[in-house]
Amino acid sequence: MNKKKKKLRPADIVMIALAVFMPFLPLVDHNGGHITVLVNAGVYMMLAIGLNIVVGFAGLLDLGYAAFFAIGSYTYAMVASPQFGLHFSFWPMIFVSAAVAALFGIILGAPTLRLRGDYLAIVTLGFGEIVPQTFLNLQKITGGPNGISAIDQPKIFGYHFGLNPVPYYYLVLVLVALSLVFANNLRTSRLGRAWMAIREDEIAAAHMGVNTTTAKLAAFSLGASFSGLSGVVNASLLTLVSPDQFKFNVSITVLSMLVLGGMGSLPGVVLGSALLSLLNFFILPQAGNLVAMVGLHVDFTQYRFMLYGIILVCIMLFKPEGLWGAEQRKAELKEHDDKAVIAAENAEYEDMPRESM
Amino acid sequence: MAFFALKQVTKAFGGLVAVKEVSYEINQGQIAAMIGPNGAGKSTAFNLVTGLYVPTSGGIEFDGLEIAGKKPDYVCKLGIARTFQNIRLFAFMSALENVMAGRHVRMTAMLWDSLLHTPKQKAEEKRVREQAMELLRFVGLERHADDFAHNLPYGYQRRLEIARALASEPKLLLLDEPAAGMNPREKEGLVDLIRAIRDRGTTVFLIEHDMGLVMNISERIAVLDHGEKIAEGTPEQIRSDDKVIEAYLGTSA
Repeated sequence: MNKKKKKLRPADIVMIALAVFMPFLPLVDHNGGHITVLVNAGVYMMLAIGLNIVVGFAGLLDLGYAAFFAIGSYTYAMVASPQFGLHFSFWPMIFVSAAVAALFGIILGAPTLRLRGDYLAIVTLGFGEIVPQTFLNLQKITGGPNGISAIDQPKIFGYHFGLNPVPYYYLVLVLVALSLVFANNLRTSRLGRAWMAIREDEIAAAHMGVNTTTAKLAAFSLGASFSGLSGVVNASLLTLVSPDQFKFNVSITVLSMLVLGGMGSLPGVVLGSALLSLLNFFILPQAGNLVAMVGLHVDFTQYRFMLYGIILVCIMLFKPEGLWGAEQRKAELKEHDDKAVIAAENAEYEDMPRESM
Repeated sequence: MAFFALKQVTKAFGGLVAVKEVSYEINQGQIAAMIGPNGAGKSTAFNLVTGLYVPTSGGIEFDGLEIAGKKPDYVCKLGIARTFQNIRLFAFMSALENVMAGRHVRMTAMLWDSLLHTPKQKAEEKRVREQAMELLRFVGLERHADDFAHNLPYGYQRRLEIARALASEPKLLLLDEPAAGMNPREKEGLVDLIRAIRDRGTTVFLIEHDMGLVMNISERIAVLDHGEKIAEGTPEQIRSDDKVIEAYLGTSA
């Protein structure tokens, strides 16, 4: 058991390699466009890590995750812009924003505690719509459809982040790394086991002493807190927040990242979010430029969701546990295939004659 | 005051009375059983004890406390653990993780500890892992610690459920048909295991269809039929009870 713990898994090796390599990237690649792509990827990666806690670990299907991203973004925007003339410092607001998002995770999670599966998905879908609508209509506070603009950018030791993506790159790198460490810590802890127990069998979990109410609320609020982090970075990066940034397609994009990479698997989440972000922010826009050289004018970004659809269908057909899925999920899906066989086996047990009385 | 007592417990689902004014007392250190034909209300009685159902009337006493209507996690914390008739393991967690999850209620790591892996959390995690291995050894599954619960043979899954239940350090262990689906050899092993559990100081309360097994290990037996207790006593008394024979074999016309 102990020797197994020491052995490096492929995931560990990749993570270490990335941790060593990524900080030097801006020194090698001076193309600001590339760095911006990676910053955006990082923002989405944090969202995916957060959603993975709710969906992957605790098994609670949340289709309205963008709501928390919106709450995180607006929290910072409202206190660091001319909107109310407040200019709070960026750094403490990272934590405040995460805390506010976590609080809303509890508020929105509480009414859904009795719901499972499809019902939970529908209710969270509703929340995902309600929150941007609320921001849209609270004109006086949120600036309505125009949102809030001229949001402050971070500064550190008198250095302003400004339009240079490189400092953002390092900021996002640190936040993503921290998020991964936290998520991994949670996974291998008392709370993480409780989540997985709930995911596997809620009634059995309750009988083993897991307070399912607090465990689920913890999943919702911790999951939401990551999008709080992400939101602060997003707001300061774009210097603008508006309700249309947090529509349903954001929730779906993040969920697609999990499905692509592998739900419940942290390396999978990193891989999935990196691939889809790359597609979104780099490959599709570049493809447009490429065909423009031969005189064609196609906006490939329009076809984004069609592509997601194709990718997801292919994943479901060929690698349903995701590109880098968790072992547990692989086994589960295999079992699904064998379900007929297993049902037959179980029936056999039931038919077995009881011992004589 | 009894260690554990069902007191005139009734559970009705709409018009169907599944358990009707059942009383049954169990002393600490006993192996007690509840038997009865299919649909007699045995599993319902267990579900009332662990808080899955709330009794329509009557009370349940455990260790000096009234537990009727309390939630399952609270009941578990007080010291009652159970297994399920249709095995309800955490199928895609390893055997070891299942037992560690069973220990949840005796662990103290808070959210903060889990998030940061504080030294206190690490020490606890290590201790719990060792205790879980110890329990796997106790039920004879130490070689399967890393296997998914789902992949274990049926008899092993039943043993793993017992290990998971024991992880919460119960004073009272409820076993819901622990021998179902086991072959005679496995049943022998189960009898030894149940005795060993009692010898560790845990009171055992089981529901079982296998009369041979029940008569062999139980010190006290209650017989349920159509939700009502029709007899209670030692195995000898039950064996010769007319009502019991009637319930099981039907009246000879």
